Amino acid sequence: MNTDANDFAPQPRPSKKDRMKIPRQPMPEQDPARRRTNFEEVNQGLTILGAATEALRCLECGDPKCTHGCPVGVKVKDFVDLIAVGDFLGAAAKIREDNILPAITGRVCPQETQCEGCCILGNKFEPLGIGYLERFVADYERETGRIGLPAIAPPTGKKVAIVGSGPAGLSAAGDLVRMGHAVTVFEALHEIGGVLVYGIPEFRLPKAIVRHEVDAMRAMGVDFQTNVVIGRTATIDDLMAEEGYDAVFVATGAGLPKFLGAPGEHLNGVYSANEFLTRVNLMRADAFPESDEPVYDCRGRDVAVVGGGNTAMDAVRTACRLGARTSYLVYRRSEAEMPARAEELKHAKEEGVTVMALTNPVEFLGDADGFVNAMRCVRMELGEPDASGRRSPVVVPGSEFETSIQMAVIALGTSANPLVQSTTPDLATTRKGYIAADPETLRTSKRGVFAGGDIVTGGATVILAMGAGRKAAASIHEYLETGAWEAKEAEIPSPAGRG
Amino acid sequence: MFPIVEAEFLAPDVKRLVVEAPRVARKRKAGQFVILRLHDRGERIPLTIADSDPGRGTITIIVQGVGKTTKLLNMLGTGDAILDLVGPLGTPSHVERFGTVVVIGGGLGAAIAYPTAKAMKEAGNHVVAIVGARNKELVILEEEIAAISDELLIATDDGSYGRRGFVTDVLRDRMESGGPIDLVLAIGPPRMMQAVAETTRPRGIKTVVSLNSLMVDGTGMCGGCRVLTNAGARFACVDGPEFDAHEVDFETLVRRNRTYLKDEADSLRRFLEHPEAELEKVRESCRLEQRHPEARCEAGRS
Ligand SMILES: Cc1cc2nc3c(=O)[nH]c(=O)nc-3n(C[C@H](O)[C@H](O)[C@H](O)COP(=O)(O)OP(=O)(O)OC[C@H]3O[C@@H](n4cnc5c(N)ncnc54)[C@H](O)[C@@H]3O)c2cc1C
Ligand SMILES: Cc1cc2nc3c(=O)[nH]c(=O)nc-3n(C[C@H](O)[C@H](O)[C@H](O)COP(=O)(O)OP(=O)(O)OC[C@H]3O[C@@H](n4cnc5c(N)ncnc54)[C@H](O)[C@@H]3O)c2cc1C
Ligand code: SF4
Ligand code: SF4
Ligand code: FES
Repeated sequence: MNTDANDFAPQPRPSKKDRMKIPRQPMPEQDPARRRTNFEEVNQGLTILGAATEALRCLECGDPKCTHGCPVGVKVKDFVDLIAVGDFLGAAAKIREDNILPAITGRVCPQETQCEGCCILGNKFEPLGIGYLERFVADYERETGRIGLPAIAPPTGKKVAIVGSGPAGLSAAGDLVRMGHAVTVFEALHEIGGVLVYGIPEFRLPKAIVRHEVDAMRAMGVDFQTNVVIGRTATIDDLMAEEGYDAVFVATGAGLPKFLGAPGEHLNGVYSANEFLTRVNLMRADAFPESDEPVYDCRGRDVAVVGGGNTAMDAVRTACRLGARTSYLVYRRSEAEMPARAEELKHAKEEGVTVMALTNPVEFLGDADGFVNAMRCVRMELGEPDASGRRSPVVVPGSEFETSIQMAVIALGTSANPLVQSTTPDLATTRKGYIAADPETLRTSKRGVFAGGDIVTGGATVILAMGAGRKAAASIHEYLETGAWEAKEAEIPSPAGRG
Repeated sequence: MFPIVEAEFLAPDVKRLVVEAPRVARKRKAGQFVILRLHDRGERIPLTIADSDPGRGTITIIVQGVGKTTKLLNMLGTGDAILDLVGPLGTPSHVERFGTVVVIGGGLGAAIAYPTAKAMKEAGNHVVAIVGARNKELVILEEEIAAISDELLIATDDGSYGRRGFVTDVLRDRMESGGPIDLVLAIGPPRMMQAVAETTRPRGIKTVVSLNSLMVDGTGMCGGCRVLTNAGARFACVDGPEFDAHEVDFETLVRRNRTYLKDEADSLRRFLEHPEAELEKVRESCRLEQRHPEARCEAGRS
């Protein structure tokens, strides 16, 4: 980014009518043909002029719907206004009041169903590019090296353990350390960041951005301990009874991959999305043999990714970049129902991904050595809306067909990893194995233990996990200050009444 | 970082390493393993915890150099360190007083079986150890195993030590002529474990095996370690590594372990051209880690 703000002089605000004539500023992108061959970020970021022009489109609503659409209530109108007057650092600070990871959320939030989905401009025109602007000011702040570390309150003498270093754990750590508590984050893997480093690929979220946030927290005094699996290396009880932690926040995510249960799913070359993405993102298998961890060689091969969410998009676009000849995205509903961010589907198509909507794999077939070489699918059609209002897919009779593939990735979502729950006897869980926590206080059934993020809600979004982390921090702080727990006990589902 | 405090070869290409890892040493139970990574471009590999000393804060691992990472690990000695090491992983062995327990270790399997055999002995079992190796030179931990077993039977493929033949031959004889057997624990190459399973199946002797599937994270997150059992797909890193031998689909295990054969061979060939360069990478990673613990995100691309 050209960060020389001297190039830029704030423009006078046009009239509301004229603002509506300004087209939404396009995101500069890497050319599809080129980006298929590299892992560099696809979106290059708005220029200063682009951002300032986009900011002028905001109608400065009296009742800004955009803020209602944001799960953490980012004051969109206010930060956009600061961009319009050229105060980019002020805009970043304004966002940080509600969202401490704007460079990340600006890139990965499903804006079209949140802030931008509610923007009034969207009724007649394109909504304001809120995500692009959020990313712009966060990048500006980082690249100009002017993120001031927030003030740290005097030490309280209290110790807090955070289990898991995804967005929930990181945001809780950032808030708690600021309040003067001693914070240690325990992470099972050898790197900090959770899904942000092992799941979401570099071309969508450069690892340097995550690293930057982690470094800032380290500078604020957060102690990060990698290679510690809570439940194995130490239990929650060990942390509280032996290691002297006054409170624990469990933010272990929803890491357990789901499989289809279809025959042939365990043939060689059939991956879970977690494994495929971890090999490439965390272990850098794309650079094999410079890196030691291999991944199935996709070059010149036909790859099928099953699913329609962000994870499926990431996997299919990763396969493209590893040189796949054809990359299929196999989804049982229609494109309109895909839960992925709209931009990801658009990018995937530009990169040559073949969408096989209304299609469901029923079997994987293998060669004599047990490597997958074909998939058998059925066609689907959308039936009557079910209880949730979604039209559920039904099999079209006699529609079975076979497609040649040499690798498959199953991206059907995840469920709760039981490691912490199964080793903490007095921690209540839900029927599906998630940790039961009060939605407001994030308290669990165990005194001093809080939980939030995907391990409570099931696979959700970065911003929701981040919001949970901040809520937990406030709630933990209150508990550490007052020492009161009992008063709230009634609100927490008891182990007997597992929901 | 996890400093190596002792290192010695037990047999050609088989090294015993004692590593400082206080948290792991404190928690570890028989049957559990660690996953380690040697440098910032290294892969994560699983290794059984052969022993531990909680007082000293150390664990022992016994490593057979079969490919790039294990051969590189075996070049390390006292004064070196392991960059990343996580554990104890996996479900501990189910240890109780069964009666007579036959523990079979094929090749390096003897090292993996040893901690569980020891725990079985401590639980009051009559322990029959059967150790198999290709030849005399490759028989490892004989003294240690002798010390914790009531009967020790050795077989080598070439007859250079103990009786000539396979562990299954010894097991069959023991089943015919010895007293009743309540449990068999077999650890070694998948084909050996499969042969043991077929030997005990007709008699209905409960048999446990420790499966060596390919692993990445070791926490249940990737599903790469999945094995097929009668109960469906299970994750060896959390549900295992021990499973009921009579329920395991060994064909799938053997097949899945062959997924990266060509890559592994390439990797080893490249490594053997310049092993010293890789060793330097390990040391450089550890030096960097010591000086700049904050530089930990090296897998980042920028
Ligand atoms: C491929 C992919 C793409 C996605 N894309 C998007 C997107 O574009 N936009 C969006 O909003 N959301 C996206 N999501 C969802 C989003 O990433 C998650 O909702 C979010 O990361 C959840 O945060 P968390 O902090 O709860 O958990 P996680 O990010 O899952 O972090 C949990 C951490 O805890 C660690 N851990 C687990 N168990 C233990 C233990 N016992 N001891 C110690 N550490 C442990 C894990 O190793 C992990 O690092 C995506 C998810 C995936 C998988
Ligand atoms: C739970 C568990 C415990 C283990 N404990 C020990 C131990 O205590 N000591 C020890 O030396 N090894 C142990 N292993 C095996 C060890 O992890 C592998 O030998 C190692 O990963 C090989 O890495 P490499 O890069 O050196 O060789 P690679 O290049 O990965 O492989 C070289 C050769 O070894 C075979 N191989 C690869 N991975 C495995 C594997 N997981 N198991 C068996 N063969 C494999 C390959 O097919 C190939 O022929 C254990 C494995 C598991 C799953
Ligand atoms: S955090 Fe996400 S939803 Fe909220 S304003 Fe920013 S991009 Fe929109
Ligand atoms: S709803 Fe849209 S136009 Fe209105 S304040 Fe929010 S961003 Fe601006
Ligand atoms: S190694 Fe990843 S789930 Fe077992």
